Amino acid sequence: MKPGSFTVTAVTNSSNHTAVHAAGLVKTFGDFRAVDGIDLEVHRGEIFGVLGPNGAGKTTMLRMLATLLSIDAGQASIFGVDVAREPHRVRQLVGVTGQYASVDDDLTATENLWLFGRLQGLRPADARATATMLLGQFGLEEAADRPLAQFSGGMRRRLDLAASLITRPPLIFLDEPTTGLDPRTRGQMWDTIRGLVTDGCTVLLTTQYLDEADQLADRIAVIDRGRKVAQGTPDELKESVGDSTLQLQLDDGADQALARDIVRSVVGIDPVLTPESGRMNVALDVADRAADVLIGLRQAGVGIVSVSVAKPTLDEVFLALTGHDTGQAEEPAVEVPA
Amino acid sequence: MSVIAPVDPAAAVARTRAHPSPAETLVQTFSMAWRALKKMRRNPEQFFDVTIQPLLFTAMFAYIFGGAISGSVKDYLPLMIPGIVAQTVLTTCMATGVQLREDMDKGVFDRFKSLPIARIAPLAGPMVADVVRYLIAASLTFLTGIVMGYRPGGGVLGVLAAIVLAIFTGWSMAWIFTWIGTIARTARSVQGFSMMILFPLTFLSNAFVPVETLPGWLQTFVKVNPVSHLVSATRDLANHSTVSAEVGWTVLAGLVVIGVFAPLSVRSYRRHL
Repeated sequence: MKPGSFTVTAVTNSSNHTAVHAAGLVKTFGDFRAVDGIDLEVHRGEIFGVLGPNGAGKTTMLRMLATLLSIDAGQASIFGVDVAREPHRVRQLVGVTGQYASVDDDLTATENLWLFGRLQGLRPADARATATMLLGQFGLEEAADRPLAQFSGGMRRRLDLAASLITRPPLIFLDEPTTGLDPRTRGQMWDTIRGLVTDGCTVLLTTQYLDEADQLADRIAVIDRGRKVAQGTPDELKESVGDSTLQLQLDDGADQALARDIVRSVVGIDPVLTPESGRMNVALDVADRAADVLIGLRQAGVGIVSVSVAKPTLDEVFLALTGHDTGQAEEPAVEVPA
Repeated sequence: MSVIAPVDPAAAVARTRAHPSPAETLVQTFSMAWRALKKMRRNPEQFFDVTIQPLLFTAMFAYIFGGAISGSVKDYLPLMIPGIVAQTVLTTCMATGVQLREDMDKGVFDRFKSLPIARIAPLAGPMVADVVRYLIAASLTFLTGIVMGYRPGGGVLGVLAAIVLAIFTGWSMAWIFTWIGTIARTARSVQGFSMMILFPLTFLSNAFVPVETLPGWLQTFVKVNPVSHLVSATRDLANHSTVSAEVGWTVLAGLVVIGVFAPLSVRSYRRHL
């Protein structure tokens, strides 16, 4: 990273395999450094996930790359085209689907797509044909002429994504594409996103869900407080925290030090213990080892109030990577009373 | 997902252009105007100000001030109708700024910003559509006047010319309010700020009273007020069918306003990014 170093030519030092290249990106709002020196390299044809809690700077970073926010320091290019220098070119290469559906409530679905097509230079007839085709592809043909006020959240997201694909841009930005969607709709959205890559697109998406990044992304960058704290494949990321987590609530009178020693002897690593609440989290490489831990505790007479085995949450990934939690209340795992 | 050839990034990069062409800008502006017209049709309350205000203000002002200022309602109409035309058209401009501000807060503006379109298109589009509103406002004011007994000496051509001038002036003045729309933080503040400009401008003019009745210091301001020029020009056209120097001053003022505030608006809209 070389902050403040700018390339003079429009085509920067990114290779032919690079879709997005960013070096030392910075965005400040007053004293707050929302994005604090992020480097990013997204390869062509991959789904790249940017994972982080609310307020980590994911959306700000994406908006800078999409020319929606100015870049305070650092440099970014899309397929070799400099973002700050040639925003109009960059806009022709990127389809942006925002966190909040950016479609017009006062128009119907067809009218929305027709307008966006016209704005991007399609002839009226072509704009109409493209609108019809996309509405069919996204299962919205029946709602084509309905006002958007009657659309469900999932339908609006699909329309929003369809609107980003009108000119078939080679790069798609998706800002939290499934936040607030029900599980079934989320699954449909995932299929659609996978389909984009089959089509030859590159996808850069942000998400708060480890699960989503895991399902979709070829590679993941974890962002925290405006900085990139980790990057790798989903497997590499999960290995850093184990495949699943055993969450224990120890009995009030339980010997916490003894419990920790037992866990260490059984699975070989230290549990994360919160002494005040008596909560203990144990990262497990395989879920099977949970039984071994429980048997060990029972034999030593350590009382347990509740037990659950969960996939590692974003919180735990964060804890493992940054040493602090996301600051968000995670949905509690289903607990089995002991 | 589709059977069309896969997306080719290299070809896409080669196709890109650094700037929108003037022809593209025009198509984009008219597409945005189409959107604004659709919205108007679906939200008819947007027409309240341009329909009710001409009817209400014309009747109200004529009966209240007519006797006092001109001796009778009928004699007051040739003086007042051009004043109401100017006032209504300026109020309509104000709505342009307020609506732009409201619109810019919506998610869809994020998409407009992310699309490869001329930055002026989302600003100029609604203003093109607003020509319809100026047309309604100006025509309805004349019509109300005629119903109340106003017989414009300029005839049909004079009145039509006056309406065209009012539309042009309205359209150019709207750039001021569009600019306010791009710098203000909320639609409400656009409204408040615009009122502060509008009220002195319309009332401290020759729109409703003869200038000679005003104190000297006020006459000085009234004479340079662009609204006075618009009102005088409208009177000359509608009542006498004369294209006076006032018409020239009004058109010049309009062009100056566009020349100053259109670039300012685009600059401030860009900065919003």
